Parts: sequence; C-alpha cells; structure tokens
Amino acid sequence: MNLLADLQVALPDALLAGFGLVALLLAAIGGDRISGLLRFVSVIALAAASVFAFLQFPLGDAEAFNGLYKVSPFVLFAKGATYALGALSLFMSGGFLKTASMERYEYALLVVFAALGAGVMLSANDLMTLYLGVETLSLSSYVLAAFQRDSLKSSEAGLKYFVLGALASGLLLYGSSLVYGFAGGTGYAAIAAAENTVGLIFGLVLIICGLAFKASAAPFHIWTPDVYEGAPAPVVAFFATAPKIAAVVVLAHVMFTTFGPHEASWRMVIAIIAALSMIIGAFGALAQNSIKRILAYSSIANVGFALIGVAAGVEAGAPSVLVYMTIYVIGTLGIFGGVLALRRGGQAIDQVSDLNGLFKLKPGMALAMVILIFSVAGVPPAAGFFGKFQVLMAGLNGDLLWLVVVGILSSAVSLGYYLRLVWAMMMKPPGEPLDRTDLSVSATVLVTAVLAFPVITIAIQMLLDAAQFASAG
Amino acid sequence: MGELPILSVTTFLPVIGALVILGFRIVAGANFAGGASKGVALVVSLATLAASLIALSRFDFGASGFQLVESAPWFAGSSYKMGVDGMAISLIVLTTALTPLCILQSMKSIENRLADYMICFLILEALMIGVFCALDMMLFYVFFEGGLIPMFIIIGVWGGKNRLYAAFKFFLYTFLGSVLLLVALIYMYMVSGTTDIVALQNYPFTKDVQTWLWLAFFASFAVKLPMWPVHTWLPDAHVEAPTAGSVVLAAVLLKMGGYGFLRFSLPMFPDASLLFQPLMFALSVIAIVYASLVAFRQTDIKKLVAYSSVAHMGFVTLGIFSFNEAGIQGAIFQMISHGIISGALFFCVGVIYDRMHTRDIAFYGGLVHRMPVYAALFMLFSMANVGLPGTSGFVGEILTMVGGFQASTWVAAGAALGVILSAVYMLTLYRRAVFGEMTNEKLFDIKDVTPVEFFILGLLAVGTLVLGVYPSLAFDLTKQSTADILRLIGK
Repeated sequence: MNLLADLQVALPDALLAGFGLVALLLAAIGGDRISGLLRFVSVIALAAASVFAFLQFPLGDAEAFNGLYKVSPFVLFAKGATYALGALSLFMSGGFLKTASMERYEYALLVVFAALGAGVMLSANDLMTLYLGVETLSLSSYVLAAFQRDSLKSSEAGLKYFVLGALASGLLLYGSSLVYGFAGGTGYAAIAAAENTVGLIFGLVLIICGLAFKASAAPFHIWTPDVYEGAPAPVVAFFATAPKIAAVVVLAHVMFTTFGPHEASWRMVIAIIAALSMIIGAFGALAQNSIKRILAYSSIANVGFALIGVAAGVEAGAPSVLVYMTIYVIGTLGIFGGVLALRRGGQAIDQVSDLNGLFKLKPGMALAMVILIFSVAGVPPAAGFFGKFQVLMAGLNGDLLWLVVVGILSSAVSLGYYLRLVWAMMMKPPGEPLDRTDLSVSATVLVTAVLAFPVITIAIQMLLDAAQFASAG
Repeated sequence: MGELPILSVTTFLPVIGALVILGFRIVAGANFAGGASKGVALVVSLATLAASLIALSRFDFGASGFQLVESAPWFAGSSYKMGVDGMAISLIVLTTALTPLCILQSMKSIENRLADYMICFLILEALMIGVFCALDMMLFYVFFEGGLIPMFIIIGVWGGKNRLYAAFKFFLYTFLGSVLLLVALIYMYMVSGTTDIVALQNYPFTKDVQTWLWLAFFASFAVKLPMWPVHTWLPDAHVEAPTAGSVVLAAVLLKMGGYGFLRFSLPMFPDASLLFQPLMFALSVIAIVYASLVAFRQTDIKKLVAYSSVAHMGFVTLGIFSFNEAGIQGAIFQMISHGIISGALFFCVGVIYDRMHTRDIAFYGGLVHRMPVYAALFMLFSMANVGLPGTSGFVGEILTMVGGFQASTWVAAGAALGVILSAVYMLTLYRRAVFGEMTNEKLFDIKDVTPVEFFILGLLAVGTLVLGVYPSLAFDLTKQSTADILRLIGK
C-alpha cells in the first residue's frame, strides 16, 4: 500500500486538501448562507493540520510520491506555524468581513487553499512540486487581495499583485528550466549532486529572484506596500504572516539543501538581498502615513533580517531563521489584529493619525500594540530582540560582520517609524471614539502580546531548543 | 539558604506595584486609579527602598567580588544572574532612595494621567535597579535598553512643549549608541561562549579585539554618560522632561554610563583602556571646560543645570581613566554625589516651575524676599554643585582631580579650570534668580516651599552634607570594588 504510506507522510497537507475540496462542494450547495459556518470549520481544519504537522516531528526526514515530496523537521516547523497562522488570521477576520460586507464563502476557502499551497511548497523535494505549491499559494493570494470587490484600491492591489507575481513565477520557472538543463533533473537531490556550472548558477539566481519576490525581499519588494495598502486588512494579516514565514523558510530550505553544496555561489547574493531589504525597509517607511504601508516596509526590513540567517549558511543560520520568523510573525499577527480591529463608524482605520490617543480610548489594546511594536522593532525586553540577537549571532558566525552592522544600523533607523506609531497611540490627544472591538481579535492580540512579552522572553530557551531540534533533524 | 532572593525582590517589587495600578486602571477607570496610584506608588517605592536596605545590611563590606548572587539558567550561554558589589549597591540605594521623593513630587505637579505616569515611573525604577544588579551581559543589555521605553513615554507624554523632538532624540541617540554594544556583546559571546560578566572580566581578549570592543562599548556609554561631543540629547531631554523625569535622568540614568565603563570597559579591556586613556582625558577636559562655558550662556535654568551635568560627568570619566585608587573612588563618589546634587537642583527648578510655569532665568529675580527657605536650600545645592568643602560635591571633585593629577598634571589643571567656571555659572544663576530686587510683578505672590517640598529638599540637603562631612560612609562601600577593578586591570 504505497499510496497510504505516502499519504501518511503528507498527512497535514492531504487533510487540508481533502477538507478544501469537500468544503468547496458544500459551498456550491450552501452558498453565502453558510459562509460563517464554513469559516468556523476552516479554522478548525487549519488548526488540526497545524497540530498534525507538529506531531510529525518525530518522523524525521521522510520522502513520498517517488521523491517529489519530502518532510523534515525544519519544514514541518514552518508548516505547523503557517497553518496555525492561517487559522488565527481567519479566526480574527469575522467581524471585519461582516462590517465590510465581504462575508462570502470563497473567503475561508481561499485562505485554506493559500495555506495549503504554502504547505506544499515547504514540503517540495522537486522544483516541479515547489512550483505547484508556489502557484497554489499565489493564485489564491491574487484573488484574496482583490476580495473587496467594490473597492477600487483592493482591485488595484489584486491586479498589481497578479501582474508582478506572474513575472516572478515566470522567473522561477525559467530558473528551474535552466537548472534542469544543467543539472539533468529537477529533484533536489539531483541538483545537489550536480556539478557547479555557470548555467546552474544562472538558474539558481533566477530561482532566488522568484522566491525573493514571494518573501517580498528587496529588490523584489515593489508590490508589497501597494498590495498591503489596497487589500482588506484581514487578508493582509494573513499575507504578512502565514505565507511570509513559509516563503522565507522555503528560500532557506532550497538554499540549504538543494543548493547546499554550491553554498559559495549564493551566500553573497542572499547577503546583498538581505542588506538591500533592511535598508529599503528602514528608510522607505519613514515618510509613510498609512499604517499598512509602514507595516509593509517593516515586513521588508524584517525579511531582510531573517535572510542574514540564510546568508550565514546552514550550520550557523538554520535555527536562527526559524526563531526569528516565529517571533516576527507573532508580533505582526498581533499588530495586524489591532489594525483590523480598529474601526471608526464602520470604516477601517488606515492613517497613523487614526491611532491618535488610542491609549485613552482602548488602554488594553494600545498597551498590547506597544509591546508588539517594540517586539517587531527588536527593542528589549520584548521577544523580537532575542530573534534579532539570534540572526545577528548567526551572521557573525558566518563571517558577515558588514551585514550585521548594516542590520543593526538599519534597525536603529527603522525605530524612527515604530516610535511614531507608539507616539500616536500613547501621546497624541484622542480623536473620535472607536467602534467596539470583536472579542476574537482582542483575544488574539492579547495572546500575541503576552507571548511577545514576557512569555518568550523568559522561555526563549524552549523556542531555541525547538528550532535547534528542527534544524538538526 | 532559604532566604529571599533579595536583589530580585528589589528589582521586581516596583513592577508588581505597576501591575496593581494597571489593574485599577483597567478595572476601575482612570480617575479612581489616579487617586489610588499615589498611595500604591509611594508604598511600593518605600518597600523597594526597604528591600534595598535589607540587601545593604546583608552586604559584607570587606569581601571582594560579587555578593548576594542569584542565578538561574536563561538561554544558551546566558543566565539570569544577579549580584552586587559595593559600587553597584551604592547606586541601587541611590536609585531606591530618590524614587520615593520623585513620586512624592510628581503627585502634585503631574496633572493629567497620573496613574499611567506612576506605572511608567515604577517600571523605570525596576529597570534601573536591574541594570546595576545584572551580572550577565545579556540581562544587563535588556535592562539597559528597556529603560529607554518608559523614559521615552515619560518625556513624550508629560514633557514640555517641544517634547516630540526631545523624546525622539533621546531614544534614537541612546539606541544607536547601544546597538553597537550589542554587536560587541554578540562577538564576545561567540569568542568566549558565555555572557557571564565575571567570566568575561577574566577572559583574555587579544589586544586588537580589545580595541574594537572597547570602541563599541565606548559608543554606548559615552552617549549615555553623556560625553562631549555626543551630549546634545541631554539638554533637550532635560528641558522637556517633567521634574521627576529630569531628576531620575540626571541622578541615575547618566550613571549607567560611568557604571558601564567601570564594570565593562576597564576590567574586560584593560589594554584598550590604557591605549585610549589620552583620548578619554582629552574628552573629559573638553567636557568640563566646554560644557561649563556653554552653561554660563544659558537663559533656561534647566538647560544650565543640564550642561553642568555634562561638566560633572567629565570629572567622572577623568577619575575612571586615571587608573588609580583615588581616581576611581572619586569617580564612584562623584556619581553618587552628583546624583543627589543634580537631583536636588532639578527639584529646586521644579519648585519655581510649578508656581510660575517658566524656566527663563530673566523671569525670576529677588526670590529671596518671598521665599527665604527656598533661597537657603537652593544656595546649599548651588554651593554643593560648585564643590564647596563640606558638601559631597567637593569630595568627588577633589578626589578625581587628585587621581587625574597622578596620571597627568595638565589634565588636572584643565579640570581645575572647570571648577572655577562652575562657580562662575552657578553663582551667576543664583544671583540673577534669587538675589536682587523683585521687579517682575507676577512674582509678588509667590509662596515659599510647601512642607512636602521642604521634606524632599531637606532630605537631599542632609544627604549632601553627611556625605560631604563623612565621606567614608560611601568609601567603605566602594573601597573593595575599587580594589577589584584595579586588580583586574593589573594595577
């Protein structure tokens, strides 16, 4: 029973895929009337898939489907996180969807399929599987970005994302074809064993471009601010977390395993991408007034930071990437939770000035947001600092002192806009009262804030151990 | 065993107080919490003072090394390790003793969002104590950087007109300084495999490495202290901060820089410290002379006191980098003494600011006719700031100069010039604000100090005089830690 064994390896993905198909069928019958129910069940399905992914940890490395598909603790860690984040961002979105009259059944299904795509691309052991996963994720994401159909900005975001995304997919495919030509196969193992030729490196660089686009690393970041600004807030909360950690980890995974033997050829490329991302992310946001645009640049900068860990090479960097991204997505999820929860007269807030005096209006929410912002900014004692510490240490271990210095200086620059957010919330006089916050969002924001400080600060060793175990696999 | 971990208790007691106030704030609303926060904050800060005194009573003055050590594993090579030597515990007691006074002062002068203010203040206190307790670089860094957040909020929310600029400048300046410290910290951890301060103090770094690490640490501590030419954030922060914020900033936060030099730069990088001695001497003398001259030209009382702080911190670095017992003892003493005196001076400014809401020197004049008690107290602290014998200011300055003299005559001569200049600006300030005819009509009804203000300033006056007449009180505490530092730098 080969298929059964294969499915067992791919259990979380298979479960999610099966659920998605059944749900699609039900939705076709039930229509928008069951969209609330569908969302609820999807959250459970995503959460279950996440649990299964973590439960697969003891499996170690396992291949399936004739080597097209492979799991290792490293990718399972990211997969579990991706599904969990998908579940949480879906869990938070209910209130927003209702008030913005976006309550349609496609929403939950698209999130499920996007998360599934992220999961598949993580488990890929072949460039074809990788492409399959990337496209499943991307196509669902394009639709999600344009989900607010009667909003011009949302449609624009979807279109922009689609055009640029298609280009990136093309690069990825072209790179894959070159690698196939020069390595004689598309399997990761075949590529790892191939001789280091100019053609292979050419393909490698194109693949890096394609994946860097998905991770929104500079200079492939242009779409990020526009899409973040235009897409509805819950969609951005999803974009900024689940696919983000998946994309960065996939990039790390492909570099570490597939192109591991050719490490000397890509480390500098990644280092330059990391440096550019951090600098652009730090300076780009300084003059922005839209919260979502600021957070978009912040995500570019943070991906750059995580890439320091990738550039440091597998031994030094692998655990640090996991730790960094985990802490980062926790912070981002919370912040976006806050952003999507805050509405004034049914309208979602967007400008920094809309946050004015939040501490007076909603002290608990403001306090949580401040903790999360300091965590993402990497100011101790919040958890983000320890993530930064890990990647910086990896960078120094990988002899990348210049990159570490760039990272540290850019993080000081980026404080400029993080402090502006804190300033608006804590120190400006309050504006008009805000609408009531949904319980699901408040709970999520609160939990992420408590995780960011003090839980992870105290228990950072547990996270380090888990990441270490996952990387050692 | 079985004793309370007294240092952790001292450090985290204020946090508990802050959480209690936060609880009130969320459950009972801002108005009720504002009233309750006064009592809670005062009681908690007094309890913290008591805890720190218990720690002091358990402290063995004669023993070398760190005492009252607590340790628990944290992550990788870092641990949660707390412990104190004489220098640390004297600064801790300074902190815990000043905080209740600050809270007492703030109850009246802070008009809006009192509960939030008290929360920030108590958390700030906890972080400041933590900095002096930490025996692990990582822990130190967390406390060191964490202190920026509450101070940023205190300046930003309760500051003066230009608070946005001052708060950002404060945060970005000090953050930029300390991120370089972080790089150095990571490097040291990689090389030695530990972030334990005691282990690092005994770790032999090579000369080249020491130079770079020293510079990274210097960037952080020089900004914090602050030294010329990276002092420009201080006058802004001081001017905009509320009175108690200024007091804490001058009395405790600045001391972290001097503490950092003594705890890290000297023992860990002795060769580099020796190498940079001329640089530090030059910067110290420039700070002393230049800041004094700038202070003389100020029209804002707070700015004047702020620049005088820069000048007095010059004495601290002068003493530290003279590498002898007199210099280092003097530097530590100067830190404690300056903590009391500059704190008192900012309280003095706060007294008239609360009444008139201006810090313009020209606005005042002839205060002695309406506020005799205030004039007397202000006189005492002005004299202490100048370094009049009998006050603590004298002991610190003379010792650091003696230490500097042993190392270089010219440096001591330059510093002595600063003493004269300090008399020039302080006496001018005093003459213009307190003496003379009262010509400004708005001042005619100004009232003398209230009992609370008298209590605060009186206590600080007693502190200045006691330390000035009987400085051994502090020397007994810091003698052994000075010897430890000198032993570690091999002198």
